Amino acid sequence: MIDEVIKSEAGTYFPTREQYYELIGELKKSGYEYCSDLCAVDYLEQFDRALPEGVQAERFEVVVILTSVKLRSRIRVRVQVPETDPSAPTLFHHYPGTEAMEREAYDLMGIVFAGHPDMTRILMPEEWEGHPLRKDYSAERVPVQFKHSPAIR
Amino acid sequence: MADEEIKNNETAKEFSEETFEGPQEMGGRDLTAPDELTLEEGAVLRLAEGVVVDAGDIDVEIAEDETMIINMGPQHPSTHGVLRLMMELKGETVLRTKPVIGYLHTGMEKTAEGLGYIQGSTNVTRMDYLSPLHNELVFSLAVEELAGIEVPERSTWIRMLMSELNRISSHLMWMATNGMDLGSTSMMIFGFRDRELILSFFEKVTGLRMNHNYIRPGGVAADLPDGWEDDVLAIVQSIPRRLDEYDDMLTGQPIFRQRTEGVGILTQEQALALSATGPVLRSTGVAWDLRKQMPYLAYDQVEFDIVVGSVGDTFDRYAVRLAELRESVRIVAQILEKMPSGPYRVLDKKVTPPPRKRIDESMEALIHHFKLFTEGLKVPPGETYVAIESPRGELGCYMVSDGTAKPYRMHIRGPSFVNLQSLPVMMHGGLVADAVAIISSVDPVMGEVDR
Repeated sequence: MIDEVIKSEAGTYFPTREQYYELIGELKKSGYEYCSDLCAVDYLEQFDRALPEGVQAERFEVVVILTSVKLRSRIRVRVQVPETDPSAPTLFHHYPGTEAMEREAYDLMGIVFAGHPDMTRILMPEEWEGHPLRKDYSAERVPVQFKHSPAIR
Repeated sequence: MADEEIKNNETAKEFSEETFEGPQEMGGRDLTAPDELTLEEGAVLRLAEGVVVDAGDIDVEIAEDETMIINMGPQHPSTHGVLRLMMELKGETVLRTKPVIGYLHTGMEKTAEGLGYIQGSTNVTRMDYLSPLHNELVFSLAVEELAGIEVPERSTWIRMLMSELNRISSHLMWMATNGMDLGSTSMMIFGFRDRELILSFFEKVTGLRMNHNYIRPGGVAADLPDGWEDDVLAIVQSIPRRLDEYDDMLTGQPIFRQRTEGVGILTQEQALALSATGPVLRSTGVAWDLRKQMPYLAYDQVEFDIVVGSVGDTFDRYAVRLAELRESVRIVAQILEKMPSGPYRVLDKKVTPPPRKRIDESMEALIHHFKLFTEGLKVPPGETYVAIESPRGELGCYMVSDGTAKPYRMHIRGPSFVNLQSLPVMMHGGLVADAVAIISSVDPVMGEVDR
């Protein structure tokens, strides 16, 4: 299955969203014991960015970095996530350690991880609107304030 | 139903205006989905062969009135900053724990997108405020890898010296707070005293005690001051002696041992599954230290050992850190001998601003200076992930460049943020009185957790 996935010269895997979950499972079996990092990138309209042939550029990318203690190696997996349906399957069942990282990616980038046991915001207040790390999010939209601040004391 | 729930929530809000976090909080057992309840077992326990915890095995039947959800923090002297834990207790036993974080979130990853590569290290240094130099280091390494900058040898060794000293100061700080959490006030005073020794050296070198902005893309900000050898030698000579004292004071102390031994056990499989790194992972017996296994800087040219524990309890995490302090002192002593001479930053004028004096003399220097501070350092498009071993574990930086002078995306993988996930597993089944010892043994720095 791993052979079917597009791989760049640098060794990065570019699975489709359908291949993503299975690929991570395969990589885990092949010795990548822990997931170092999971984060999302918003490329907005940079559809002409450098990607290996055959990869359809989408607005979002979920980047997963796996590490193998045994092989002493690190591997990167980048999966394209379209703007119209910003979701990806959760890796929680392969690597429970991605729980907080996926919540962070959801909170700040608005990517929903299907199957995650607790898909809630983690860093921002619950009632926050929007996902601050998106490129079309206006940082100055909300004046600086404190949570539930009462009137002037 | 939904309306009613919202209404109930609103009533709850009135009573607990300050702390309400909505669904981020831990709900009662009957309100929680079975999937989420598996988190009680840390979720984890999907072992190597893909054994899955059956949600049905979790005791959902515990009656509501038998358990109690209590809050610890965000304002609590032992939660190391603004960490808030919600714990479900049955009597004195902890069943579920949920860290509620974000109280210190200031959007530093967003801020980083608005700062140039030269300015960036001022931002990242504020994340993990107990080991600021490691943050600067990982940021600089990422920028250098993207831009293809090779730094001179001396700056590599200066970086190594500073980050090792920072590891010592950070671990000493941990010894201090851990001592305080476990009732050893003297350890707190001693820890802070020794940390001061290193911080005053930092002040001498960088001008600041914290948030140095010393390690920058292209090298370091300044050369080591005259007589730095004496200061470092004083540190190298005095710290091990004092460590022996602390060893005597704590390791053999029956109360300390009873409070730490066998408390908050994490197994190897759990630690790896939960992506725990640093002393937390090593205490379980996995010899994984990025300085050794994936050497960066010049760590392959110095001798040191990886310290591992065996049980993975709170005591092991203490012992690992204590031994790591000695290893760091060993590394610093070797750096002292091997420090090469040469430039302390790269001499490429496109990366390093010229010295102030040159600007008065040379038109070219003036132009370079002007260009560097107006346009900034331009980095070719690409993406990279760089990781180093910070005192808390794997500190990673994922950076995307689009060819301009500002990072397109900068993501920091904070070891504390990830390590916090192992708290529920360590706490499960333990006593609430042990919670303080366990939290402390993970050594979370909230600045890095929330970023």
